[in-house]
Amino acid sequence: MSDKQSSNAYWQANLRIIWICLAIWALVSYGFGIILRPLLSGIKIGGTDLGFWFAQQGSILVFIVLIFFYAARMNKLDREHGVDE
Amino acid sequence: MDQFTLNLIFIGLSFAVYIGIAIWARAGSTAEFYAANRGVSPVMNGMATAADWMSAASFISMAGLIAFTGYDNSTYLMGWTGGYVLLALLLAPYLRKFGKFTVPEFIGDRFYSKTARIIGVICLLIISITYVIGQMTGVGVTFSRYLEVSNSTGLWIGAAMVFMYSVLGGMKGITYTQVAQYVVLIIAYTIPAIFIALQLTGHVLPQTGLFGTLNEGGGKFLATLDQVVVDLGFKTYTGHHKSTLDMVLFTLALMIGTAGLPHVIIRFFTVPKVSDARKSAGWALVFIALLYTVAPAVGSMSRFNLTSTMWPGAETGDTYSQPAVTLDSIENDDDKQWMRNWQVTGLLNWEDKNGDGLIQYYNDAVTEGPSAEMAAEQGLQGNELTTVNNDIMVLANPEIANLPGWVIAIVAAGGLAAALSTAAGLLLAISGAVSHDLIKGAINPGISEKGELMAARISMAASILVATILGLNPPGFAAQTVALAFGLAASSIFPVLMMGIFSKRINKEGAIAGMLAGILSTLLYIFTYKGWFFISGTNMLEDVAANWVFGISPASFGVIGALINFIVAYVVSNATEEPPVEVVELVESIRVPRGSGGAVAH
Repeated sequence: MSDKQSSNAYWQANLRIIWICLAIWALVSYGFGIILRPLLSGIKIGGTDLGFWFAQQGSILVFIVLIFFYAARMNKLDREHGVDE
Repeated sequence: MDQFTLNLIFIGLSFAVYIGIAIWARAGSTAEFYAANRGVSPVMNGMATAADWMSAASFISMAGLIAFTGYDNSTYLMGWTGGYVLLALLLAPYLRKFGKFTVPEFIGDRFYSKTARIIGVICLLIISITYVIGQMTGVGVTFSRYLEVSNSTGLWIGAAMVFMYSVLGGMKGITYTQVAQYVVLIIAYTIPAIFIALQLTGHVLPQTGLFGTLNEGGGKFLATLDQVVVDLGFKTYTGHHKSTLDMVLFTLALMIGTAGLPHVIIRFFTVPKVSDARKSAGWALVFIALLYTVAPAVGSMSRFNLTSTMWPGAETGDTYSQPAVTLDSIENDDDKQWMRNWQVTGLLNWEDKNGDGLIQYYNDAVTEGPSAEMAAEQGLQGNELTTVNNDIMVLANPEIANLPGWVIAIVAAGGLAAALSTAAGLLLAISGAVSHDLIKGAINPGISEKGELMAARISMAASILVATILGLNPPGFAAQTVALAFGLAASSIFPVLMMGIFSKRINKEGAIAGMLAGILSTLLYIFTYKGWFFISGTNMLEDVAANWVFGISPASFGVIGALINFIVAYVVSNATEEPPVEVVELVESIRVPRGSGGAVAH
């Protein structure tokens, strides 16, 4: 393991990425899919509104993008801090 | 060739492949048995995880749940997929770095306590056993429907199948079998959906067909569906009718329940590197999404097809422009053969209550609006499509759309693949907990690797036997306990793993108190409404929304249980001694990916 300083910085950077991803995760599902649906009801798609799309398909697609985004950012971070395998 | 022969050929062929794989991938060591020697590529592991995770409930029941409730049941779609984000970000990479075989083992090591490990084993066993009973029941039903054998014969055939490939192959055999099962399952789910999307909206992709325009009538599909169901006295399909708070909590409960399910977590122990564990969760979700984004299309389109079968005028969106379907047509026409097939199973039924020779389907609980006017005009004495089981929506789909016999056969093989793959994954989690955590971890630590492998195989065989016997005589609570399994996973396993990784301060007293508080509060809340140990009549409050504390349904309570777990663990940990230095070092080491290869030995 690298020295304490570096591993602390690595962990803090990791936590920051996790927080950002979790905020998006909550926004598209609980937010756009459920709570904020009335706000989005003006945006019509295919016989219904955007909130319905987020609840039934959109949030799942965003989840996939989020995981791969996280994996890519973490690989970069691992290399920067010299803790990759 | 008749339908039965086709079913036999497709089911037989798929089983030959599974057995062939099991023989090819026979496990020789505990590392191979529990973790497939950690040599599974992230894409393969993602596919296996998808098959492992998607049970009979996803394959058979979910589209039906969405079909009859519409938007409100989007909770299942978001909840059962959103848990993978939590797994990828919060658990999988760190547990892979930890490098052991089972979930209780992590709990025991991180919280330096045999008691914590045993509590982990108990949670795991309750979660996995309740789940596996449901799968075995599903296997029995599917076999009896398609192979025309009795329910119990079907169950024994299923048990023999699982025994052959899981006891022989362990994790290695199961992983590759599950990859094959995923392929069967996804083809079976998608083909009928594509045909039906083409028939209704002209879209090849069911995902976009859902938002497309109807071939007949030219209205938007979802808008027409809303119109048609409202005409019949049902609630709008795309509207929001349930409590927002409970929808949010239920979705969250499914998400953290998913992330806490032990048989899903152990799949991430099988990949070579920490970075592969992160990616693998993404691949799992890609493969799950292939089914989960099709499911809402299957649900809404089969609801539409069912309605327009009953009311031919509904096809253009003008429900009452033509009379209801005639009894004569249902009993004699070729295109209604599926209705007669499903009547035999008792899952679909009708009755001409007013003797007018027509079968009118509507919501007879509604006393105002178009459906009530229609009922008064036509002298109806209640809804005449008396039984429509949610579960027939997926299985009857190809028959409703008059698809060729081989499509029906492949759906049968797909349903079996879904149930069998999940059963095998659960049995592996159970046998790992018994042989590795109970026998090697607590009862006989000096056991040789060969002895442990034998113990793993024997405990797996024993759990298959127990699951089969329970599947033959399912306890009354089997269906209800799925909610309990999720609630338990959410309130016990997920929080303790998360705290183990993200906090250095949580100690063994905190973890044990937290797990107990989480599980017991969740059990107490569920039993209050569902009866003690699900014995009907012993519930202290009626299970209706008015009685729920703050409107939280028993199925959603796992979230509150998890919260209680976190709070109790935090408070108790701060009131007691800090964890020892070597445990703090363990936490630091699992936080960095480097060096995971060396941590394999145990």
